Amino acid sequence: MTEKLEACETQPVVRKKTPLQGLSDTVYGIFENKRVRFSFIVLILVLTLLLPQMSSRYTQEVLTNAWFYIVVCLGLNIIVGFAGLLSLGYAAFFAVGAYTTGILSSHYGINFWATLPFSALAAIIAGIVIGGPTLRLRSDYLAIVTLGFGEITRLVVRNLRITGGASGLIGIERPVLFGVTLYQIQHFYYMFFVLAVLAIFVSYRLYDSRLGRAWQYIREDEDAAEAMGINVVSVRLYAFIIGSVFAAIAGSVMAAKMTAISPETFAFMQSIMILLAVVLGGMGKIPGVILGALVMVLFPELSREIGPYRMLIFGVLLLFLMIYRPQGLWPDHRT
Amino acid sequence: MALLEVKNITLRFGGLTAVNNLSFDIEEGSIRSLIGPNGAGKTSVFNCLTGFYKPTQGEILLEGQSIMNKKPHKITAMSMARTFQNLRLFKNLPVLENVMSGMHCRSNAGFLGAVLRTPKQRQEEKRIREVAEECLDFVGILHHKDRIAKNLPYGDQRKVEWARALATQPKLLLLDEPAAGLNYDEKEKLIQLIKRIRDERKITVFLIEHDMGLVMKISEKIFVLDYGQKIAEGTATEVQNNPRVIEAYLGKEEDEELE
Repeated sequence: MTEKLEACETQPVVRKKTPLQGLSDTVYGIFENKRVRFSFIVLILVLTLLLPQMSSRYTQEVLTNAWFYIVVCLGLNIIVGFAGLLSLGYAAFFAVGAYTTGILSSHYGINFWATLPFSALAAIIAGIVIGGPTLRLRSDYLAIVTLGFGEITRLVVRNLRITGGASGLIGIERPVLFGVTLYQIQHFYYMFFVLAVLAIFVSYRLYDSRLGRAWQYIREDEDAAEAMGINVVSVRLYAFIIGSVFAAIAGSVMAAKMTAISPETFAFMQSIMILLAVVLGGMGKIPGVILGALVMVLFPELSREIGPYRMLIFGVLLLFLMIYRPQGLWPDHRT
Repeated sequence: MALLEVKNITLRFGGLTAVNNLSFDIEEGSIRSLIGPNGAGKTSVFNCLTGFYKPTQGEILLEGQSIMNKKPHKITAMSMARTFQNLRLFKNLPVLENVMSGMHCRSNAGFLGAVLRTPKQRQEEKRIREVAEECLDFVGILHHKDRIAKNLPYGDQRKVEWARALATQPKLLLLDEPAAGLNYDEKEKLIQLIKRIRDERKITVFLIEHDMGLVMKISEKIFVLDYGQKIAEGTATEVQNNPRVIEAYLGKEEDEELE
């Protein structure tokens, strides 16, 4: 008898779901099935690899942009979703990478591939300089400092001679891979796709690791995490730096694709759009963030016919989403 | 040399003195208790020991090493673990992952280990899991390991906290009111558990407790705190009969008519 009573007591509380939540949970529930997920992933892989052979330049351009967004969103997700830090100047790190490659390539003629380590290094240094002092404080301060850093970076880049001022840098060398110069959209389509797959892989590995768990503990309860022997400041700095490196590498490849970069590419709105995609998809959940990035890129393109009203509709949709599903399209089960 | 030596610590918040010139020693392998009326400064003492508060004056030595000005995570790594008065679990995470947090300071895989899944990293992950499961087994809730912490009944949530603290592999365990909110049965089991922690795992235990029955049953030596000062020290019977302790808890004779 007592056993039965105890069993009743320990039943998890079932919360009421809105119809929208019920429907979407069912859809995602299907994806949680391993077999379904595996075949789905294989299907997507084959489709994306074959796509450039049978689609227009426009489609390829849009999808390349989507892969790029997946990389930067997953990078920001490590900072915002995994470690729970609010960063409002993420585009600055992406500028750090783009300009490192741009300057080294156009001024010093260094091979594109050789600029990548420098780009990562520059992001690490920038991450330590910005994160080191501010991560000791409450995360609101980080939001303000990153916001400032974003604007400062844009203004500095606009006014320095080495960065080409307001008109930007031109003449960034094309990367060469196995004797082939990469210049067609198709090349960059594949390059960004590989980068996106790499970003997804690294994100999953980090999520399920000692470091990934430490971020979760800190997000749940900072004091308890500290009491359990976790160095809160250094673990956060880790997240901040890893996220910055993601952005810098994506920025470098972007610089090579465009062959020209200008300060306005890295405006505040860019940071906000990336953050929006992460929140929209579901902070901390990798498939959610990918979905968020895709929606962010594809929605404005697919709704071009509606004309000037599309951003208005997008805004209204976002508003409804935040009211009825504040945890994002595909949120993390654990939170 | 005692495991923990506290020498003349004073903690002030502006004009308020929370802990006043307090000194005591905790010998290795003992069970010690800190008691005192509400607001006497017991939890402040714990927070000083674990690095959450910085004492204004004094010295704290753990195994002869000063832990003043050390951050809480360093102190935990130096083998002093704690639990919290109000549960501070990672509520939305599974029980096992809660306990695995304790092993963080006993492992060291970083970014590369995580991404490349080196053999060393995999071995470490396995060990973290094993230690966490062993700690859950020790407190008797291994069968709950996959459940989300917040869905457990209160008594079991307390056990998760103890397991989590044990997983840091401490030499000294500080328990802040471990019996708060437990029923009679659970308290009896707690007494057994604290004895087992000391006897089987060789961990020294220092606890704050309100439940006198429990304190009297398990601790060999008791410190009594009132207004941040130590007013008595001794065995259970000595403390019980100490007029200053009775005064601190019940008030003076002439005050009684006011009640």
